[in-house]
Amino acid sequence: MTAQSETPAIRQAVIIGGNRIPFARSNGAYANASNQDMFTAAIDGLVARFGLQGQRLGAVAGGAVLKHSKDFNLVRECVLGSSLSPETPAYDVQMACATGMEAIGSLANKIKLGQIDSAIGGGVDTTSDAPIAVSEPLRLMLLELTRARSTGAKLKAMSKFRPSFLAPNAPGTGEPRTGLSMGNHQALTTKAWNITREAQDELALASHKNLAAAYDRHFFDDLITPFAGVSRDTNLRGDSTIEKLASLKPAFGKNLGEDATMTAGNSTPLTDGASVVLLGSEDYAMANDLPMLANFVDFEAAAVDFVHGAEGLLMAPAYAVARMLKRNNLTLQDFDYYEIHEAFAGTVLSTLAAWEDAEFCKNKLGLDAPLGAIDRSKLNVNGSSLAAGHPFAATGGRIVATLAKMLHEKGSGRGLISVCAAGGQGVVAILEAR
Amino acid sequence: MADKYLELVNSGFTKNLAKTLGLPRPSILRRYAPGAPLVPGPVLLLGNSPQAQELSDVLLGWGLDVRRHAVGEGKVGAIVLLLDAVATPGQLSEPMLAAGHALRQLTPGGRVVSFSRPALATDTPAVAAARQGIDGSVRSLGRELRGGATANGVVLGERVDATAPSALAALRFLLSGRSAYVDGQFLQVDSATGALPEDFERPLAGKVAVVTGAARGIGAAIAKTLYRDGATVVVVDVPAAGDALAKVANLVSGTALQLDITREDAGKVIIEHATSRHGKLDIVIHNAGITRDKLLANMDAARWNSVIAVNLESQLRMNEEFLAAGLPGLRLVSLASTSGIAGNRGQTNYAASKGGVIGMVRASAAAFAASGGGINAVAPGFIETEMTAKIPVATRTVARMLMPSLMQGGLPLDVAEAIAFLASDAAAGINGRTLRVCGQSLVGA
Repeated sequence: MTAQSETPAIRQAVIIGGNRIPFARSNGAYANASNQDMFTAAIDGLVARFGLQGQRLGAVAGGAVLKHSKDFNLVRECVLGSSLSPETPAYDVQMACATGMEAIGSLANKIKLGQIDSAIGGGVDTTSDAPIAVSEPLRLMLLELTRARSTGAKLKAMSKFRPSFLAPNAPGTGEPRTGLSMGNHQALTTKAWNITREAQDELALASHKNLAAAYDRHFFDDLITPFAGVSRDTNLRGDSTIEKLASLKPAFGKNLGEDATMTAGNSTPLTDGASVVLLGSEDYAMANDLPMLANFVDFEAAAVDFVHGAEGLLMAPAYAVARMLKRNNLTLQDFDYYEIHEAFAGTVLSTLAAWEDAEFCKNKLGLDAPLGAIDRSKLNVNGSSLAAGHPFAATGGRIVATLAKMLHEKGSGRGLISVCAAGGQGVVAILEAR
Repeated sequence: MADKYLELVNSGFTKNLAKTLGLPRPSILRRYAPGAPLVPGPVLLLGNSPQAQELSDVLLGWGLDVRRHAVGEGKVGAIVLLLDAVATPGQLSEPMLAAGHALRQLTPGGRVVSFSRPALATDTPAVAAARQGIDGSVRSLGRELRGGATANGVVLGERVDATAPSALAALRFLLSGRSAYVDGQFLQVDSATGALPEDFERPLAGKVAVVTGAARGIGAAIAKTLYRDGATVVVVDVPAAGDALAKVANLVSGTALQLDITREDAGKVIIEHATSRHGKLDIVIHNAGITRDKLLANMDAARWNSVIAVNLESQLRMNEEFLAAGLPGLRLVSLASTSGIAGNRGQTNYAASKGGVIGMVRASAAAFAASGGGINAVAPGFIETEMTAKIPVATRTVARMLMPSLMQGGLPLDVAEAIAFLASDAAAGINGRTLRVCGQSLVGA
């Protein structure tokens, strides 16, 4: 008698709004704030903005790239400490700098499938309150000590101690398989695509000018809630000049000599911060009188083999975009805004160069014609990571909320998001105005 | 922030010490909490008014123990003085002296509330003299009461009965713990419009209210009080105060709107938020304000202009937007200050803005009444807030002692209670007026 169960029709996943705390340079304003403090504050600001107090949402997902082992249930703990209903399920996601995008994208999928009606996705990171591990020999010694039962065995274990064991083991941005830092990886890519120092500095300057202008016209009034006495991103230098940027010494790829073009000015600094995005079905938004800024149309992840040198570490989004465009029957020019995460100015410019390059598009992406150039006036128009900073897992939420608001203000069109990540990965997405 | 002296003379061995030494002992005021009795004892209704019986019936309907004559030695919770029919100075003697006889029986936290008519230029000299005399006499009585008891009055405009909705609502407010820090004041009721709430514990049920400057202090107290009384609350403050604002919003299950109210489009943004998110806008509380104190001789343009811009010009601009939007029944309450009435050294700019609010409210009343609403102001005296905590300790302590009636500063809650009352539909007959919440003092911001 049982009818065959039917897959429910796919419905829209809508971006209702977002909230983040201002991003702060590492070991600065948020030096004493934990990931839990910051992510809870971001959630509570969102709850206050949209009146979600006591609501049981479908899910809250997010994560941090640098995480203490005690934070094994970070997001759930944040929900419990927030004004949301304690009956809201939550889970941690971890995908390096694409953590926020992956969390938001997979929540959108659940909404589209009708599994949940509402969700908060986002991310948080602190390099100030980073976990510091004990050295490997000390860890092994301590484990042996725990296993030892007799006094003799305990003494034997302890006798292995050497003062050198005390050197702490702080997390770095180095790739485990190459030993190269992210910046030094990008330096190789930047050189391979012949990206000039001037072009990188110009992109960095535009990021600062655009972000400062967005603040000045109150764009962030309903996207940011102050935290710990900070109400603007502390990395923002609205008065920066091309001369100042040109005067900085190279910070990465120093072994490249004359070709070393990446400076502290055209690379993102280590940053602390948190961001969240509120998603829902159309029914949920309408039933709760909430705004609908944009549809979360699609997202795609890619990964490249940077270990063997087949591709640059941060070039995965170039591949992901090609696949996502094909699936959605769109061209690269079918967008009104492009939000390309500025891990480094060189990353953005290398990606754009690759899309314009016939050989790359043919050999690497398998396309008959290059994806082509984009209208640069549509790129990161309200600033991006070079100005705002880049608290790894929090960048996705910042970009999604910002782009959704821009599209809603425009009232029509599409936006493309591209976020690169450690491990040769990347996540890209399409939003559509409402 | 807390008044340590008040705590010390009211508890433990320091209470007895203060008694022995004969130190002034300010009382802990009777403040409203949901479920509290309206009056802490029987109500003595004095005076010869044609409306005495009708009013007595209403009070009985509220479950009060109403007496028409002083009886025995028992405690009295409140004395209601019906002086609305007094037409000559000679007629004041009997009811005032009767009240005087009953004062010893007035319980701590008790109330004296008079009903009278306004003294107008068109009255005969004798009538005007009698009516104006009530004003001075009741204020003086307020200064004689101890134990946190207060004396206030309801002034009935022409053709307004003592049982008009707003007259009864004003009486209830003045009898209750909601008016703890209102002393020596008169609420004038000019029309019989308005309706008493179905539930006196939730007089703002179903209303959507916006409170500016709500991140802290009096604004946060207003948000909490409106929420307690049943309203859905939108809290507004400058983006830089957003973290404190979010906490208030989450406390009152409302929504936070980060907005600089000096923006040209502030009124539009508020209307858009309230109507799109909550379906309508019923109440606006213009609370946001700043102080930039300096003696006028040392005043610079930045200090002067910023105070006027935030405290007054922003309200004028937003009110124009609210009027243009034609929001039906919109009730507004603006924050004035006793500085704007009596003046305060170092506050020529602030007093200009707060005196300005009083004038603005008076001149805006007709326009808001046209769409079924109204606008009033509340002028706080010395209120214990972060803002007054910045006053040097010595000045602050002296300021408290200068208050002959209640001998203490008020709390943000006391201001919030007056605002919640004026924001309610029951106060619709009160329009264009300014109510002081000052414990009969004139010190402080």
